[in-house]
Amino acid sequence: MRIALFVTCVNDLMFPDTGKAVVTVLERLGHQVEFPLAQSCCGQMHANSGYREEALPLVANFVKTFSAYDAIVAPSASCVAMVRESYPRLAPSPSVSAVAERTYELSEFLVDELGVTDVGARFPHRVTYHPTCHGLRMLRLGDRPRRLLEAVEGLSLTPLSGAEECCGFGGTFALKNPGVSGAMLADKCAAVVATSAEYLAAADNSCLTHIGGGLSRGSSPVKPIHYAQILASR
Amino acid sequence: MSGNVVTRLPFPVAARRELGDEQLRRNLRKATHTIRDKRLRVVGEVPDWEPLRVAGAAIKDDVLARLPDLLEQFEAAATAAGATVHWARDAEEACAVVAALVQATGTAEVVKVKSMATQEIGLNEALEAVGIHAVETDLAELIVQLAEDTPSHILVPAIHYNRTQIRDIFASKMADVDATTLTDDPPALAEAARRHLRSRFLSTKVGISGANFAIASTGTLAVVESEGNGRMCLTLPETLISVVGIEKLLPTFADLEVFLQLLPRSSTGERMNPYTSLWTGVTPGDGPQTVHIVLVDNGRTDTLADPVGRQALRCIRCSACLNVCPVYERVGGHAYGSVYPGPIGAILSPQMSGEGANRTLPYASTLCGACFDACPVRIDIPQVLVHLRQSGVDAARGRPSAERTAMRTMSYVMRDRRRYAAALRAARRGAAPLRMVAGRRGALRRLPWPLSAWTSVRDAPLPPKQTFREWWAREHSS
Repeated sequence: MRIALFVTCVNDLMFPDTGKAVVTVLERLGHQVEFPLAQSCCGQMHANSGYREEALPLVANFVKTFSAYDAIVAPSASCVAMVRESYPRLAPSPSVSAVAERTYELSEFLVDELGVTDVGARFPHRVTYHPTCHGLRMLRLGDRPRRLLEAVEGLSLTPLSGAEECCGFGGTFALKNPGVSGAMLADKCAAVVATSAEYLAAADNSCLTHIGGGLSRGSSPVKPIHYAQILASR
Repeated sequence: MSGNVVTRLPFPVAARRELGDEQLRRNLRKATHTIRDKRLRVVGEVPDWEPLRVAGAAIKDDVLARLPDLLEQFEAAATAAGATVHWARDAEEACAVVAALVQATGTAEVVKVKSMATQEIGLNEALEAVGIHAVETDLAELIVQLAEDTPSHILVPAIHYNRTQIRDIFASKMADVDATTLTDDPPALAEAARRHLRSRFLSTKVGISGANFAIASTGTLAVVESEGNGRMCLTLPETLISVVGIEKLLPTFADLEVFLQLLPRSSTGERMNPYTSLWTGVTPGDGPQTVHIVLVDNGRTDTLADPVGRQALRCIRCSACLNVCPVYERVGGHAYGSVYPGPIGAILSPQMSGEGANRTLPYASTLCGACFDACPVRIDIPQVLVHLRQSGVDAARGRPSAERTAMRTMSYVMRDRRRYAAALRAARRGAAPLRMVAGRRGALRRLPWPLSAWTSVRDAPLPPKQTFREWWAREHSS
C-alpha cells in the first residue's frame, strides 16, 4: 500500500511537528510514508468563502498530486472534509471521486483501515479533547480520536463541557464577524479552563490556533496540541 | 416590495450592536439551551427519526417539483369546499388583498393566530395604515406587539425577554391589568394575557391566520399550536382569512403523518403539540361562514429556480436550527434584520430578496453544521450558505475587491509547487523579526489590518524556523 501524507498548508508552514508526528506514528506501525512535494492547499478557504473559480486549480493540483496513491492521510478533519465532501460537488468527475474516497483523516486511517487503536504511545498528562465541527458533523469521526487517546499510556482524558459546540473560528468568519467569533471563543476557553487539563487536543490545528490564541490571551496555561503529536510521544 | 425579509444593516454591524446587550445574551443562552436539550430528549425517543427526516425531505421535494399542479389542485378543492382563494405575487399585493377583505366586513379590529407569513408581509402595519387594529393572540407575539418590538425568533418571538421584562411590559401596556399586584410568576403572566384576550376572542368578527400545512388533494389547511388561542381565532369569528406561502403544500392528508411527528419534536421539543386545527373551506353552521385563503409567492418562485438553494423551501418553520446555532445564541434574531433569523434566515432571506445588506447574511455562519443535523427536513444549510457566497462572489466579479485579489493571488501561488515553496520560505523568513516582538510566549498580541480582527480577542502564533517540507527534504536528501 502506497501511503501519502497530505500535511495541509497550515501545518506545512505553522505546525510542522504535526506532520512529523503522522510520519512517526505510521512508521512505528510498520508503514512507509511518502510526501509528494507538489502538494499545497486543498482550497477550503477559497471554496468556503465563495471563490469556486479560485479553488478549482487547487482541486486539480490535489487530484494530480495524489492520484497514484492508495491512501492519502491528513492530520486535519476540515481539509479532509473539503476533499471528500466538497470536491465531488465542486468538480464532479470520476477521477476526483476516486481520489476523494481514498483520502482519510488520521484517526479514520488508523482505526478503520489499519484496525489499530493502541499506537504504542506514552503521554503522562491530563488531556481534554475538542471534537472540531467538520470532524464531528462532516466526517462523523465519532469516538475514533477518543479511542486512540484512551489507549495512550499514562494519559488521563477529562471531559469537556459543551464539547460539540463550535469554537467560533469558521475560517474567514473570525475576521468578518470578530465580535461573535470572540463571544463563542470566550465560552469555549472557559469550558477548556474548567477541565483543569494540561493539554487541549483536537484534530485541526486551525481550530486549535483559534482556541489557543484565546487561551494565550487569557494567560491560561492550557497548551493546545494536535492529537497526532500525542500519539507520536513515548 | 418584499415585506419584512430585507435587513437594513449589514449583519456584522447589527451583530455588534446586539452583542453589547449582556442581558440579551443571558436570556438567549438560557432559552436556547433549554429548548435544545428538550428537543434532543424527544428526538432520541423516536427509533425511526432519520427515516422520518428523509421522508419529510422527499415529500417536500416532490411538492416543489410539482408545485404549479398541486397549487391548482389545492385551489380547486378549497373552492369546491366553499373557500375563496386569492393569489398574491408579493407582500404588497397580499396586504392589499387582506386589507380589502377586512374592510368589506366593516370591522376595525381583527384577532390573529401566530403566523410567519403575516409577519413576513408586514400585515399588521399595512392594516394599521388603513385603520384596522390587529390583535396578536399568541402569548409571545402579544408581548412583542405590546412592547412595540419585532419578533426575534420563529417559534418564540419574545425569546429575547426574560419574565421580569415581560412583567414590566404587561404592567405598563395592558390597560386591564393591575400593575401594582402583577408578579413575574409565569402562571400570573399567562392569566393576565388570558383575561386581556378573552373579550377579543368573543367579540371580534374577523380572524387572521397562516397555515402550517395546506393539503392539495382536499383543500384543507392545518395549524398546529400550543396555547389554544389559535383554535379560538379559527372557530369563533364569522370570517377567517388565512395567508399561506405557496410552499406550504403537502400532496395528501396522509403526508401529515410524517410532519405531525417531525414538527412538534423539532420545534417545541414536545412529542405532540396540544392543539392541531384542520379545516376545509366552510362547514355550514359550524365555525367561520366566510373563509378566504391568500396564497403568497413573495420571492418563493425565484428561490425555486435555484437548483441548490431551493431546498430552503422545504422549511416547516420549526426553528430547531436557530436553537442549536452558536451564532444565533450570541446575537439573537434582531441581528438578522429579517423575520426569518438564524441559519434558515441566512439562506431564506437573501434568496427571497437579494437586496443590499441581505448579501451579508450567508457569511453569518461558521459552517459548523449543527443546523443541518437538527433540521427535520434535512436542509443542508451549510451547503446553501456556501452556494450563496459563491453566487455573491460571482455576481461581484469585475468590481475591485481586496479580498478577491488576495484569494486570486493565493490560488495562483498555491497551484504551483515552486511558487508555493518560495512563498512558504518567504512567510517563514518574514516572520523571523516578529519573534523579537512576540517575546517568550511566542505569540503576537497585535497585528495590522485586516488581521487586527484576529488579534482583537486572540493571540496569533508565529511560524517555526523550518517548514514541514524543508524538514522532509533534509531528512530524505541522502
